[in-house]
Amino acid sequence: MENLLMPTSERIVEEGMEQPSEVPSNSETVLASTFRVKNMSIWYGEKRAIEDVTIDIASNAVTAIIGPSGCGKSTFLRALNRMHELTPKTRMEGTVLLNGEDLYSSGVDPTVVRRRVGMVFQKSNPFPTMTIGENVIVGLRLNGVHDQKFLNERLEKSLRMAALWDEVKDDLNKPGTSLSGGQQQRLCIARTLAVEPEVVLMDEPCSALDPIATAKIEELISDLKTKYTIVTVTHNMQQAGRISDYTAFFYLGRLIEFGPTTTIFTNPKERQTEDYITGRFG
Amino acid sequence: MRFEGKHNHTWRKFKSALACTIAFVSAILVILPLGLVFFYLLINGIGSVNWDFFTKLPAPVGAVGGGMANAIVGTLILLAIAGVIGIPIGVLGGVYLAEYGSARINSVLRFLADVLNGVPSITWGVVVYGLIVLRFKSFSALAGGLALGLIMIPLILRTTEEVILLVPNGYREASLALGVSRWQTIVHIVMKTASKGIITGILLALARVGGETAPLLFTAFGNRFWNHSLTEPIAALPLQVFTYAISPYDDWHRQAWAGALVLVTGVFCVNVLVRILTRGRGASPL
Repeated sequence: MENLLMPTSERIVEEGMEQPSEVPSNSETVLASTFRVKNMSIWYGEKRAIEDVTIDIASNAVTAIIGPSGCGKSTFLRALNRMHELTPKTRMEGTVLLNGEDLYSSGVDPTVVRRRVGMVFQKSNPFPTMTIGENVIVGLRLNGVHDQKFLNERLEKSLRMAALWDEVKDDLNKPGTSLSGGQQQRLCIARTLAVEPEVVLMDEPCSALDPIATAKIEELISDLKTKYTIVTVTHNMQQAGRISDYTAFFYLGRLIEFGPTTTIFTNPKERQTEDYITGRFG
Repeated sequence: MRFEGKHNHTWRKFKSALACTIAFVSAILVILPLGLVFFYLLINGIGSVNWDFFTKLPAPVGAVGGGMANAIVGTLILLAIAGVIGIPIGVLGGVYLAEYGSARINSVLRFLADVLNGVPSITWGVVVYGLIVLRFKSFSALAGGLALGLIMIPLILRTTEEVILLVPNGYREASLALGVSRWQTIVHIVMKTASKGIITGILLALARVGGETAPLLFTAFGNRFWNHSLTEPIAALPLQVFTYAISPYDDWHRQAWAGALVLVTGVFCVNVLVRILTRGRGASPL
């Protein structure tokens, strides 16, 4: 179990044969939590972006992170797969356990962390030099998977899960950038799913899309939670209400309130949460 | 202010038209030398550009005819040597500047590369003469290629860096978020996205050094015959043009015109190729 975070390209292939739900989890972990974040603080240089956040994120559920701009929600999300380390001069304190394993213990390769914790970005970003098909399987290919039959199966499976297969199955050789905005975002989701992560992080995945494309992505997110743990950042309160099971409200780098979405939206304990949700600030 | 003063209005319109005209004339003046060069070369050189020119060795003094086959092949060999030295170092250096390194070190490196770009090309000839030619006591194709390669390095380094910086950060993040390593991301995502720009930089650097004469004067030295070894002197088109142009023979002058015409046409073709490459299929923003 300890070697799950070891950087071997074979692991991906082996893991590909199993379902993600069968990924072994540490017996000490509370079963329903994928992430256990304890006392997380993050600094950008001198500026503290996240202050002492402790939170357990439920498995096979959608957790929405809300809060005004600059409250640290993106930083928190990026710290869940160590993407925040790409920003120079960051410092992190605290622990993040993914199914019982510490993502930040020494010797853990961030590359392997990101293979297990995928990420979808605000702006859809299919690789412009690649076809639709190549875009989906690029993560596997660059990690050393070359079995064409396996890649083809994974290609179709991922596109079906992203609800894009029927729209693009005859155009797999067209450039990824030839798709519409909403399709591009679903292509990026398929690309993330193709490496079979355990968790999918989404950083405002719909904020650049029109309402129809947004509805499709929201539906997709709800479908995906049967297989994946999903954490999504959103600026859109209605969206958080529609798609999430749990909601975390961040303000000025602190986690103000966290609980089931219905509770947060109908009966928030904190004044700040209520003010934000009812649109009094933010 | 009110909308009065019709005179004012006319005067301003006149100034605007004047400025526009001056800018237009300046633009024409920029292109004019190119037109003149081509026109002159065509008139004087086209008569000597024939099959013999591309296939025969230079004729002995006094004999009519002959060609520059050895010089054309020589230039290609020199460019190949220069490319082997200049392309990998320039491209990898550009990748380092764009992707790694600290801001302070990078700005120093960038400044030094710009200084190198401004170094007169004959300096490179002198440096290689001191380093290689004196040591091995022989002019050689390798020395000439090295001199050209050294000129290429800072050129390619800067263009590579610039086009890599143009690749949106979103692509890097998307790749890294898939669990792809930094180096794989740089090679397969970033450099692939910027490949047209990188190739353009390489081609322009080759075209630039292909026409260099000064760095070859005391490195490649020139050769009236075929070169049989890279450790021997080698002919090059610009060198041959130089030698023939300062000679007292009319026949050689005609050959020099033809050589210059072929050289300029070659550079022109490379630039056209670059235009076609950069137009591309529109898949890439670069």
